[in-house]
Amino acid sequence: MSLLRIKDLSLSIHGTSILKQIDLSIDHGQIVAVTGESGSGKSMTALAVMQLLPNGAEVDGTVQLEGEDLLIRSEAEMCALRGASIGMVFQEPMTALNPVKTIGDQVMETILIHKAMPLAQARARAEEVLTRVGLPADRFPLSRYPHELSGGQRQRVVIAMAIALRPKLLIADEPTTALDVTTQAQILDLLKGLVREYDMGLLMITHDLAVVADMADQITVMRHGEVVESGATSYLLHNMQHPYTRMLFEASGHQVTLPKPPQPQPLLEVSQVVREYRLPRKGLFDRPRHHRAVDGVSFTLNRGERLGLVGESGCGKSTLTRAILGLEEVQSGQIRLDAQPVFTGHKPNLAVRRKMQVVFQDPFGSFNPRHRVARLITEPFHLLDTPPTGSDRQDRIAEMLTAVGLSPDDSGKYIHEFSGGQRQRIAIARALIIRPELILFDEAVSALDVSVRAQILDLLAELCEAYDLTYLFISHDLSVVRTVTDRVLVMRSGQIVEQGETDKVFEAPQHPYTQTLIAAAPRLPEIEMISA
Amino acid sequence: MLRYALKRLISLLISLAVASVVIFAVIEVAPGDPASFMLGVNAQEDTLAALRAELGLNGSKVHRYLNWVGGMLVGDFGTSYTYRTPVSQMIADRLWVSLPLALYALTLSTLIAFPAGIYAAARRGKPGDLAVMGATQLGIAVPNFWFAMMLVLIFAINLRWFNAGGFVGWGNGVWAGLHSLTLPAIALALPQAAILARVMRSALLDILGEDFMRTARAKGLSRRQALWRHGVRNALIPVLTIIGLQFSFLLAGSIIIEQVFYLPGLGRLVFQAISARDLIVVESVVMLLVFAVITVNFLVDLAYAAVDPRLRSRT
Amino acid sequence: MSRNLFLGTFLSSLVVLAALISFVWTPYDYSALSIPEKLQPPNVEHWFGTDHFGRDMFSMIMVGARTSIAVALVAVGIGMALGVPLGLTAAARKGSWLDEVIMRGNDLVFAFPSLVIAILITAVFGAGAINAIIAIGIFNIPVFARITRGAALSLWEREFILAARVSGKGAARISVEHILPNVANLLIVQGTIQFSLGILAEAGLSYVGLGAQPPTPSWGRMLADAQTMVSFAPHLALIPGVAIIVTVLGLNLLGDGLRDWLDPRIRVARA
Repeated sequence: MSLLRIKDLSLSIHGTSILKQIDLSIDHGQIVAVTGESGSGKSMTALAVMQLLPNGAEVDGTVQLEGEDLLIRSEAEMCALRGASIGMVFQEPMTALNPVKTIGDQVMETILIHKAMPLAQARARAEEVLTRVGLPADRFPLSRYPHELSGGQRQRVVIAMAIALRPKLLIADEPTTALDVTTQAQILDLLKGLVREYDMGLLMITHDLAVVADMADQITVMRHGEVVESGATSYLLHNMQHPYTRMLFEASGHQVTLPKPPQPQPLLEVSQVVREYRLPRKGLFDRPRHHRAVDGVSFTLNRGERLGLVGESGCGKSTLTRAILGLEEVQSGQIRLDAQPVFTGHKPNLAVRRKMQVVFQDPFGSFNPRHRVARLITEPFHLLDTPPTGSDRQDRIAEMLTAVGLSPDDSGKYIHEFSGGQRQRIAIARALIIRPELILFDEAVSALDVSVRAQILDLLAELCEAYDLTYLFISHDLSVVRTVTDRVLVMRSGQIVEQGETDKVFEAPQHPYTQTLIAAAPRLPEIEMISA
Repeated sequence: MLRYALKRLISLLISLAVASVVIFAVIEVAPGDPASFMLGVNAQEDTLAALRAELGLNGSKVHRYLNWVGGMLVGDFGTSYTYRTPVSQMIADRLWVSLPLALYALTLSTLIAFPAGIYAAARRGKPGDLAVMGATQLGIAVPNFWFAMMLVLIFAINLRWFNAGGFVGWGNGVWAGLHSLTLPAIALALPQAAILARVMRSALLDILGEDFMRTARAKGLSRRQALWRHGVRNALIPVLTIIGLQFSFLLAGSIIIEQVFYLPGLGRLVFQAISARDLIVVESVVMLLVFAVITVNFLVDLAYAAVDPRLRSRT
Repeated sequence: MSRNLFLGTFLSSLVVLAALISFVWTPYDYSALSIPEKLQPPNVEHWFGTDHFGRDMFSMIMVGARTSIAVALVAVGIGMALGVPLGLTAAARKGSWLDEVIMRGNDLVFAFPSLVIAILITAVFGAGAINAIIAIGIFNIPVFARITRGAALSLWEREFILAARVSGKGAARISVEHILPNVANLLIVQGTIQFSLGILAEAGLSYVGLGAQPPTPSWGRMLADAQTMVSFAPHLALIPGVAIIVTVLGLNLLGDGLRDWLDPRIRVARA
């Protein structure tokens, strides 16, 4: 008998169909990954098992845990099951814990709410579980509050809460999406270890196919609320039947070909840049402490070159980006574009600013919702002494929209009328419209689904051909940086620890940190794409 | 924690200093000379001079300001122009009415608002919620002094459960004192309770949407358990802010409500002082009210730290 | 259109209409004394009855609406005109001494409830409607400054503001071009709420004699006059009270309705 068996599960919320006849089963000790792009219904499947659906949800079908149908259980019976027989781990460790309660209380709560054991024993169990997930009590006492822990540590606490009563089934909804690669690798190892040790079933929801291929025994691919394809991992990876599955895998490992860069001729020169932030004092009479976000960084970006900047969160890459853009002044060192300083005196240098543009990560936050596309993408004209007007302006708008794969007719629309991928195209159009010498892509494809990401990467390659782009591509995603850059910088704790040609760095990393980073990144298996 | 408290304390002292300068400056620009006002137009020049000296009206502005502040620090608020009695004594007498009234009202308002807000949030969108929300919508719209008049009409004039006005004094026992403050306190408390209940409800509803509430449910807590164990304490953070703000409204409100019930509190004192142009009394009462508001907000800041561990450790 | 919005619009426009019509027509001259007709309960000739001088209550309520609306409207205007620029400036210069000065100034004004300001002003300059306007207006400044700053701060973190900065736009230009339009909804909703609070505050001030002076009719003073007669002429107290409640309720419902209609995520400050 399977541990969990979902049959013909359909779900609608306020009449809108979300899931259509889902079938899925998990055995003890088995890891089943449900994957798909946003809107595929994979998270809703997990919430349906927990019976934690939003208001107005109507469910049909059966969800059996060891033969018992969960859908006909009362709410009180489900409360008794949740946390005891089924545990769940969520995506956002930063917000998944109650900020005003200690981690010990929160882990103990799982035990006490089910009246599984008396207080003293519960405390001992909480310590034991926290130690098991890598937070030993001597370094992480139960009295710690969530805000005193890092994201990865908080995710460990969430896992501890979920496994405190050794549930038979653990559901993990994008458990590592918000984490850095090295932390991700540790959390994935932890989950794998727990499955083996407790003989749990693990239902893993993730969009990351590399993670899926690496972890899962079984894969279920979903799209628009339906199961597209499912099967044992090793079999499915080599025998993809459905075109959508193939497209998904192809897009995840999407490669583009860039034109050859021209002869090196420096454009952006960064030398010995330092940016410090003041930290709040610890004690009343302590000296103020400083955090060096950028610590003596030097590099050169040549004209026509595509340079990557990789590093984990908090490594200083965002601060460096802002400093290059002239949004923040640096304490020491120089940033020059075309031999001119980005900052003159204490003011950003306008002559330099008009040679730079940026594309940001968030396709939803990058545009003023109250302006039309024409106004949005012409905002950089503000930098020009004589911005084009009249039909000249219209022509530039039309040219740019066409160049990024949209229609000139889109110029009259508002931003909410576009999808995430289209918005990122508009962001690129805005960056290109004044033909800057340098474009910064700040995590520009990180928020996109893989299929859309592949399209944007293709667009980038096309634009490199058409406009001889020079760019700095900042990302935490190693596989993307690998394909769209010629050279790469690896940043850690405010310093560049390694730089070199992209292929060389990835194939033979020299610095131990680069080696760890590359080893930790989950890799898509080599898949022979079936030609037929 | 200590650093946080100290920082708030310094900002409290600065606020008080600036507030005292503002109040002093406003009173300074008042036209007319209190001494000639008190003695009438036919007063002799030398009697006027003597009175000015007695009232401390001579000397530079800075000198008089420092005298005033210095006096207040040791409990000397000066001498009333009209009654020729120490202002501190007059204020102390009245404070024994106004302060208990404000605290009584604050307690009532909190006791009503917390259960109402939690109840409404727990039954979001259901009839119970709609009833509470409708009642609070009305409660916000009712002017407290009008509500007070209606209370008098019903409970004092028709039902005769309470006196229509006046204060029996604490000399007749705490119970009698509280009894004569009950109608005024209800009049003050209900409109504030309506606001507080709405804030409590919306704060709780915000919290219900937080990720950690879903985590709590995944641990096996029922909706209600999650609300009580994880919701209420987090919701206290915005609610405390409003309680702090409400204190100043209760003080101001009590000044008006005292008029309805003929209570011998600070409100009556200040209106008598205004009509008698007894500016030293006005000045001192206003300073006292501002002091109370600033101090209460300081206490609210400390209460934040008690509720929110993030504040405790940050600085 | 939601029920709140409908009811709110209906009640508010009822009051505004009454105030506007009172400029050209009232059933009787609101200031005409007629002692023989004094203290009549509501009847066919005097819909809301008459007061102790025989004046027509309906006419007085209509003209009183004028006073309430004028005082509250100008006070909200003062609060917005000064508070919004202060809030925008503080947000644009977040963390600087300017921000600090503006925010501490706000805290300081919050320590002076409008009644206290009115007491101070009256003590110095004497009572009048202008005092009420200034007192309520001053207290509105920090309200608008604070909510504007709060909303603007989260906007400044958004990437479209960074994009505008990369396009060389300065803080002032960004504040006007990008921040202000995106906080406009919030300001409209908060403005409606402050308007209703202004009506309440005006009533309170004129009740204690710190607001509009005779012969200008005002709801608060009508209530003060009614107080000694409440036992034998309750309509004198009931009618102005209901007028205030209808106005304030209407504006609050309008504010809530507008919020749901414009943007349900808006949080208004209510105190």
